[in-house]
Amino acid sequence: QYVPVKGDHVIGIVTAKAGDVFKLDVGGSEPASLSYLAFEGATKRNRPNVQVGDLIYGQFLVANKDMEPEMVCIDSSGKSSGMGIIGQDGFLFKVSLGLIRKLLAPKCEIIQELSQLYPFELVLGMNGRIWVKAKTVQQTLIIVNILEASEYMTAEQRRQALAKLSGN
Amino acid sequence: MAGEVKSKLSKNLLRMKFMQRGLDSQTKKQLEEEEKKIISEEHWYLDVPDLKEKESCIIEERSFVRCEDLVYGRMSFKGFNPEIEKLMIQMNSKCKEEEIEVDDKMEADVSDEEMARRYETLVGTIGKKFLRKRDQRVLKDDDEDDEVDEDRNSNIIPRKKAKKIFLKPQD
Repeated sequence: QYVPVKGDHVIGIVTAKAGDVFKLDVGGSEPASLSYLAFEGATKRNRPNVQVGDLIYGQFLVANKDMEPEMVCIDSSGKSSGMGIIGQDGFLFKVSLGLIRKLLAPKCEIIQELSQLYPFELVLGMNGRIWVKAKTVQQTLIIVNILEASEYMTAEQRRQALAKLSGN
Repeated sequence: MAGEVKSKLSKNLLRMKFMQRGLDSQTKKQLEEEEKKIISEEHWYLDVPDLKEKESCIIEERSFVRCEDLVYGRMSFKGFNPEIEKLMIQMNSKCKEEEIEVDDKMEADVSDEEMARRYETLVGTIGKKFLRKRDQRVLKDDDEDDEVDEDRNSNIIPRKKAKKIFLKPQD
C-alpha cells in the first residue's frame, strides 16, 4: 500500500472532474486532488485537456496524514519538467514498491539491459505504477513481462531471458 | 492644575496612544516595566530547572528518493522520445552538479576584446542618432577637419572650409 509523501513523483489516474479540480487515484488511501492551474502554461482561459481516465505524472505538493493529498504537475520554478498528462497508448501496470526502488537506483542493471533491446519509453511512479510504451504491442508486452518477472529472477536468469529475446 | 488632571485620568486612558505621544521616553519605559511586572506575577511558571535542549540528530525522511539517491522516474531509451531524453540528461546532471561547484565561465561566442571594440563604436553611433541637427553638423565638421589633418602628411593643400555665415541678400 502506498503512502503519499511530499515531493514524490507518481502516476495517477483521473477518476473525476469536479469543477476546477481533478480527483486522481494514486493507489493510496485517499484520492489526490489536482488543480487545473497546476500545469505549465495553464491559465483560467487556457485549460489543460484532461479527461476522466487519463494518466498523469505529477508530484505531491501536500501529503500528510491529516489532509487529502494534493498534486501538481509543475515544479517550484514553474516548469513542467516531464510532468503532466502521459500520452496515448502504452501500458500501465502495478508492481511492488520495492521493485520501483530497485529500478530507480542510480545504476540499475535491469534498466540498462532493457535499454539495449529496443527503443521504448518508461515512466515509473513511486506509487508502484509503471507505464511502458514501445513501437509495437508485442515489444511493450515483452518489457512489461520482464519488469514484472525481474522482481523474482536472479541476474543470471534475467540475462538468459534477454539473450533469448535479442536473438529473436 | 495640569498635575491634578493627570492623576485623575485612569490608567487605561494613559496607556492609549494619543496620551503616550506627549510622554518622554523615561516615563514610557517606566510604564512598560510596570506592565511587565503585573503580567509576570499572574503568569504561572514551572518551578523546574530548565532542561537543556539537545540537538536532535534524527531527521525524519519519508521519501525513498532522498535516501537512495533515486533517479528521475521518466525515462526514454534509444531515442523513443527525444524530449524526455534531454530531460534525463538535465535531471541526472543536476544531481551531480550539486556536489561539484560549477565555477567555469561559459565559453563566449564573442571574445571580450571584440565586445569592447564593438561597444566603443556602438555607443558612438547610437549617440549620434540622438544629437540635435546643430550638433550633428558640428560633428561632421570635426570629422572633416580630422581628415584634413591626416592628409597634410601626404602633402595635400588643406582646403579652407567656408564658414557658413549669414549672407545678406544683395539688393
